[in-house]
Amino acid sequence: MTDPHSSSDTPLKQTPLHDLHVKLGARMAAFAGYDMPIQYPSGILQEHLHTRAQAGLFDVSHMGQAILSGPDAVRGLESLVPGDLAALAPGRIRYTQFLNEDGGILDDLMVTRLADAADGAEQLYLVVNAACKDADFAHIRSRLPHLTLRVLEHHALIALQGPKAAAVLERHLPGVETMPFMSLYIVERDGVSFHVSRSGYTGEDGYEISVPDAHAADFTQTLLREAEVKPIGLGARDSLRLESGLCLYGHDIDTTTTPVEAALMWSISKRRRAEGGFPGDERVRLQLAHGPSRLRVGILPDGKAPAREGCDITTLDGVLIGKITSGGFGPSLNAPVAMGYVEAKYAPVGTPVHVIVRGKPLKASIVKMPFVPQNYYRG
Amino acid sequence: MTIRYSKDHEYIRVDGDVGTIGITDYAQNALGDVVFVELPSVGKTLAKGGEAAVVESVKAASEVFSPVSGTVVEVNSELEATPATVNEDPAGKGWFMKVKLSTPAELDDLLDEAAYQDFLKTL
Repeated sequence: MTDPHSSSDTPLKQTPLHDLHVKLGARMAAFAGYDMPIQYPSGILQEHLHTRAQAGLFDVSHMGQAILSGPDAVRGLESLVPGDLAALAPGRIRYTQFLNEDGGILDDLMVTRLADAADGAEQLYLVVNAACKDADFAHIRSRLPHLTLRVLEHHALIALQGPKAAAVLERHLPGVETMPFMSLYIVERDGVSFHVSRSGYTGEDGYEISVPDAHAADFTQTLLREAEVKPIGLGARDSLRLESGLCLYGHDIDTTTTPVEAALMWSISKRRRAEGGFPGDERVRLQLAHGPSRLRVGILPDGKAPAREGCDITTLDGVLIGKITSGGFGPSLNAPVAMGYVEAKYAPVGTPVHVIVRGKPLKASIVKMPFVPQNYYRG
Repeated sequence: MTIRYSKDHEYIRVDGDVGTIGITDYAQNALGDVVFVELPSVGKTLAKGGEAAVVESVKAASEVFSPVSGTVVEVNSELEATPATVNEDPAGKGWFMKVKLSTPAELDDLLDEAAYQDFLKTL
């Protein structure tokens, strides 16, 4: 049998929860330079289904967290991303992307407008991908030298996701149960400040909680003592986000894809489309006007065989029309699911295609994403 | 009834001139939850060390190599509906295929139970 694991000799960084993962019996592996839990003894299928049914706890401390501040920080960051940050009231969150001059995606990120500082400075809290964080922060500093970027080096980030997440977290951080989706609330408990965002990347209701390193393990253990909560590794995090139709940076989006091609236009408001003022705005405008030549779509293979990243997508006559960028098995669907890019004329939902798995064409169709209904809190 | 193992973590249980091939408990554990198994057609000729099947977990696909040369005489079609049997009972109900050995002497190149257990300790 071919070995499904690879190893590297680079010393890996650890999150403040590392010892806890090991104690919980996690299978650890390198991810974005960190030694991270891929799965726990119950396995990816059970972890995935548990998150959809109850509440899963994820260590996402490897992601980059920073606070950008200064006069006009909002307008400043708007010059690097196409998201509408000016429309954000304090305590509200937006998903957006850093773009390059061609409109290619350098990274995707979450931006939260915080209350202004005492001196009137605007403040934005950013969460970026682990593998991109150094480049992202360098990019911000070189493009926005008049602003202050404070990287939160000593803060863990813990995600609690699933339909029971709100009830569980309310027991420990009162007030979070009624928070609107995509909002942030700062809760003080025993002298510790918890930055609680009602957001996540699983398609479920849930939270991402930023907490100082020194308190991360205690807080995590407190949550894990709750009957509804199980620890969940990055394996299930990946299958959850795939079923939810969410992009994984470096796979479904990168510098060669624009937000228009990636079907992320929902994240660019009317004002920003009209005004531009972000890198690649002209290309984005042209692609919107004429339609992009390719689009990110959901793909549902007919049978049971997963079609994974890198598989060719062809017409029924065998003409190459695209490639799968993420694919695998969807535990909630109990079926294979995938996403990828196809030429725009083949993007309409219902188009029959072939995916080439180990040299064999398998029947598949273009479908609407997400593959499972989103379960976000709507108040 | 003889059982032999490859260093790729396949087993073959031989009864007369037919061997039942599957993956070991170590292999299923390393793979994680099995969600799909692609088996060869009955009648297919397999070469020793050649690809015989594909086993897919949630995370990845892995090739299964035939520990011997021979012809496929039966496949475990139960795995189509219940691939998780590979995790639950790899040495029993989770078998992959039965092969009529063309070169029984090839078994001498494989590990017996004790040698395989020793090999696992080195990993």
